[in-house]
Amino acid sequence: MKSGSNLERILTGGHFAVTAECGPPKGTLGEMVRRKGELLKFYCDALNVTDNQTAIVRMSSFSGCVLLKDLGIDPVMQMVVRDRNRIAIQSDILGAAALGIRNILCLSGDHQRFGNHPQAKGVYDIDSIQLIQMVKRMRDERKFLNGEDISGEVPLFIGAAANPFADPFEFRVRRLAKKIKAGVDFIQTQAIFDMERFLRWMAMVRDQGLDKKVYILAGIIPIKSVGMARYMAKNVAGITVPKEIVTRMEQAKDAKEEGVKIAIEIIEQIKEIEGVHGVHVMAVAWEDIVPRVVKEAGLMPRPLV
Amino acid sequence: MIIAERKPIKEILSLTNSARRILILGCKGCVTVCSAGGEREVKILGCIIRMYRKKNGKPVEITERTLVRQCDPEYLDQLFDSIDQFDAVLSMACGVGVNFLADKYPATVCLPALNTKFMGGSEAQGIWTERCAGCGDCILGLTGGVCPIARCSKGLFNGPCGGSVNGKCEVNPDIPCIWQIIYDRLKLLNQLDKLDEILPVKDWSVSSHGGPRKIVREDLTI
Repeated sequence: MKSGSNLERILTGGHFAVTAECGPPKGTLGEMVRRKGELLKFYCDALNVTDNQTAIVRMSSFSGCVLLKDLGIDPVMQMVVRDRNRIAIQSDILGAAALGIRNILCLSGDHQRFGNHPQAKGVYDIDSIQLIQMVKRMRDERKFLNGEDISGEVPLFIGAAANPFADPFEFRVRRLAKKIKAGVDFIQTQAIFDMERFLRWMAMVRDQGLDKKVYILAGIIPIKSVGMARYMAKNVAGITVPKEIVTRMEQAKDAKEEGVKIAIEIIEQIKEIEGVHGVHVMAVAWEDIVPRVVKEAGLMPRPLV
Repeated sequence: MIIAERKPIKEILSLTNSARRILILGCKGCVTVCSAGGEREVKILGCIIRMYRKKNGKPVEITERTLVRQCDPEYLDQLFDSIDQFDAVLSMACGVGVNFLADKYPATVCLPALNTKFMGGSEAQGIWTERCAGCGDCILGLTGGVCPIARCSKGLFNGPCGGSVNGKCEVNPDIPCIWQIIYDRLKLLNQLDKLDEILPVKDWSVSSHGGPRKIVREDLTI
């Protein structure tokens, strides 16, 4: 075991994993994190806490993870390289390890331009692939980036993102291979709506045997409204929402119900794809729906490992 | 070269408001080429300030002059005899010129008329874009001759982020994704394997994070 996290045990045990996402509040109410934690606790194997997603200031992922950990949840600490340099990142990793956080997700982060402090100085001291490499070395060799020794262990299960829907498409699998080379243990993909493209990407992943080297969790976003479907289709770089999904949402009597149905259908299809090891449900501002999606997609009960 | 553009006129008028005798000092270097601070721009700015002062009943004496370069003490020396006549020197050079001027003449008020933007060039008439971040340790040999530090919005070293779509950057569809360009170039050059190597973390101490930089060439110093 690299970290002994619940997520690692689920995946190495050959189970189909379910992870979900918890967006921390724009404020100090730990209760809001706990409420989401209690809601999702039995419906996922690990729970990501986002790190100032879309560059909007929120409670830190680190503290959100600690709050969840206290509820007996296995948190995934998201870490973007946008806001911290190598000194701050390594320091937070030491603290996270000391407080029992066992999973980390290494990300570039949405550009600060999108957030609520667009004048901020972006850090980008290292990139997400270099971050994976750094965490792996901290864990496996107990060395800081500069080669100095770390006292104590850094047991972290290392995750990263992959986006099969961004360009250049042919480079997307190469980039995944690069992340594997850097030492990533699991991948959470961008939300999948364009199944045809995801299947093509997975075929390339399998051709290179990469599905045997990393655990791939497919990203799912339940769509809450027609507006959300249209917005994602038009405005979110790196998310592809095919026309037929937007049309289905538009024509549905009950858009929310249709959104749930679509999410469940996508999960059902994903379960059949060779080389996919789980799903990552990102119910942005709609956490309440996750238990139902997980249940109706036939992913309950979650295994105890 | 260094690309600059004139500050908003209101800001310049406010900066110079208390000075009666002003030297507007142009530069024949980069800022002449990018039409921000050469002889022509000095003249135009002189007219604007005079008109504004006249309209507001605040007299001003403006002297216009343009040096070969302001980033060179040799040319700044030419001001030695006249500099005390002015309440302020309004430099139309890049920030380097203003600094050299201020270093050279400690008792003179030195004001910038330009915002210095970046190191780049002109893509087309009236359009300038950034090309180099001056990071101090060039990696262009690894990236097909195009720079991800200067031209990727996140300065990524190991390929495009998940926001690269149709060759455009997620930050703004007007910005080309430089990693798409790097990919296309290396593909054409049959060097895609270069992208499989993980570029190591960068030493920013030789960039702008190691304190002000200096080069000493023993072979050239006198």
